[in-house]
Amino acid sequence: MSKKLMKGNVAIAEASVRAGCEAYFGYPITPQTELLEYMSERMPELGRVFLQAESEVAAINMVYGAAATGVRVMTSSSSPGISLMQEGFSYIAGSDVPAVIVDVMRGGPGLGNIQPSQGDYNQITKTAGHGDFHPIVLAPASVQEAIDLTVLAFDLAEKYRTLVFVVVDGAIGQMMEPAELPPMRELPSGRPDWALTGAKGREKNVISSLFLGTTELELMNKELQAKLAYIQANNEIRYEEYMTNDADLLLVAFGTAARVAQTAVQHLRQEGLKVGLFRPITLWPFPSRRLTQLTYLADTFLVVEMNAGQMVHDVRAAVHERVPVHFYGRMGGVIPMPEEVEQKVRELMRVVPTEDDVQTHQFPVKPQAAHEFLRM
Amino acid sequence: MNPAVMTAPNETLVYARPQSLADCYTHYCPGCTHGTAHRLVAEVLDELGLRERTILVASVGCSVFAYNYFNVDACEAPHGRAPAMATGIKRVNPNNIVFTYQGDGDLASIGMGEVIHAAARGENITIIFLNNATYGMTGGQMAPTTLPGQKTSSSPQGRDVAMTGYPLHMAELLGSLPGTAYSVRRSLHDARHVIQAKKAIRTAFEVQMANKGFSVVELLSSCPTNWGMTPEQSLTWIKEQMVPVYPLGDFKV
Repeated sequence: MSKKLMKGNVAIAEASVRAGCEAYFGYPITPQTELLEYMSERMPELGRVFLQAESEVAAINMVYGAAATGVRVMTSSSSPGISLMQEGFSYIAGSDVPAVIVDVMRGGPGLGNIQPSQGDYNQITKTAGHGDFHPIVLAPASVQEAIDLTVLAFDLAEKYRTLVFVVVDGAIGQMMEPAELPPMRELPSGRPDWALTGAKGREKNVISSLFLGTTELELMNKELQAKLAYIQANNEIRYEEYMTNDADLLLVAFGTAARVAQTAVQHLRQEGLKVGLFRPITLWPFPSRRLTQLTYLADTFLVVEMNAGQMVHDVRAAVHERVPVHFYGRMGGVIPMPEEVEQKVRELMRVVPTEDDVQTHQFPVKPQAAHEFLRM
Repeated sequence: MNPAVMTAPNETLVYARPQSLADCYTHYCPGCTHGTAHRLVAEVLDELGLRERTILVASVGCSVFAYNYFNVDACEAPHGRAPAMATGIKRVNPNNIVFTYQGDGDLASIGMGEVIHAAARGENITIIFLNNATYGMTGGQMAPTTLPGQKTSSSPQGRDVAMTGYPLHMAELLGSLPGTAYSVRRSLHDARHVIQAKKAIRTAFEVQMANKGFSVVELLSSCPTNWGMTPEQSLTWIKEQMVPVYPLGDFKV
């Protein structure tokens, strides 16, 4: 199959269809609305379910209902809508049903704006609802990867009976890139054993997150934690490295921020600076172990995000203070320019003086590097 | 079969437990009409031969454990969201019979948005709605259905309509929507009314079987514990105090 120019939101929608999504429930919100609009036409065409809900709260509970019957089901939204869905996420996690959620992140807090942001990192990886759980969180950095990870999301959701998020910022949702779609999968003919299908010729199935006894609820929580630990241990951690082999300074970024960081790495390498990029693809489970290993290679980390610094805390936890972890971020829907990141790197590598250096009359502390920089 | 209900050689059992009703202890308070409502629904499911293709959506409230009492596939929705969950189930499984079982706090307060829109869309689901004019599970606070002047644990001086507004008439409200195929109010305060309630529940499920759209049966119910009455007094209170505020009748048939 050949590549086709596709918008991120539409590509995710069609990838879901091809991955066997049988039902979509959603509510319009910029910058994800094209996904809903596409599904409104595509799903009925295939005899599958599309329904525009009255709110995000209703949408996620429709997802919960359909998921409880064992079909592949999804919703999509953007940051404020995701906040509204949190009650449902928690119930879904508490009753072990699979569901796929797409979050096309926008600027916050509050109504914020409709520009690209990565402000939902904490909301999704840490606080997706009350109680102790984490969804699997996949963060693509291109339209092609959004397609691939959307298909993976459905497979992982089903495999582990868990919530899986595909998290992109508004830029990836809105931009067009050439990409290839997977072949259309056939829908399964049966339903899983646990699903609600009507208690015909078997004991009834019950899907509930209510465990009134403390012992009972603690046991349920232990089982849930065991499942999450299994996911972490079971090769579900994904990341990509770019020029990390000899890096002195390691950039860490995901999604659109990682694309900016990669361009910065290319420019800085031309200047002779040994800079690499580490890009987490799964935001949960987080690739902490690999980051710990990389502290033996690079002596400085710089995390770049489109927020006030959210993933940076996971990076700091991963490196156990072995190296300094710096942060550069833009908020409010601003995408950082590669030049901004490059300047920050030069300051950290002391090839140009920082503002502090100027004020304290200090010269860059790595004269050799500075010499190379000035010679270029 | 439970040995207690086994018949002697020359006796005929005329009042058995419906197959759709589980054989277990109840957690409902003495005198509560939830048990009556459960039995009526179970009898109807048996009579219509629906048990093996029915999916129940329980709600949050005293009936949160409804799934323990019905021998059908079941799930438990977040507070008020049962109609949305039922929508998701029914849309994907149009051949299943899907019903929610909700109280007045769940349906008429926190779940107002979900139930109105499910009705407006004409979702082909059935709602069994128990109205006992209070939040039973949390200990008898004021509900949107609490009668004017009624004392509750959060309206200790009696519901003051100037401060807290008026009772909501859900059967009338839902009956006014074009997507609703069947909306009636019945009561469970005596045998005659219980029989009428059962007929209405049966009709509601038949409406769903015929794919005619949204069906809801509102049942006036007792809560002796939180009303501070004996079971007998509470049935009289339904008859004398609730029925005048919530007239029994058919609002969409």
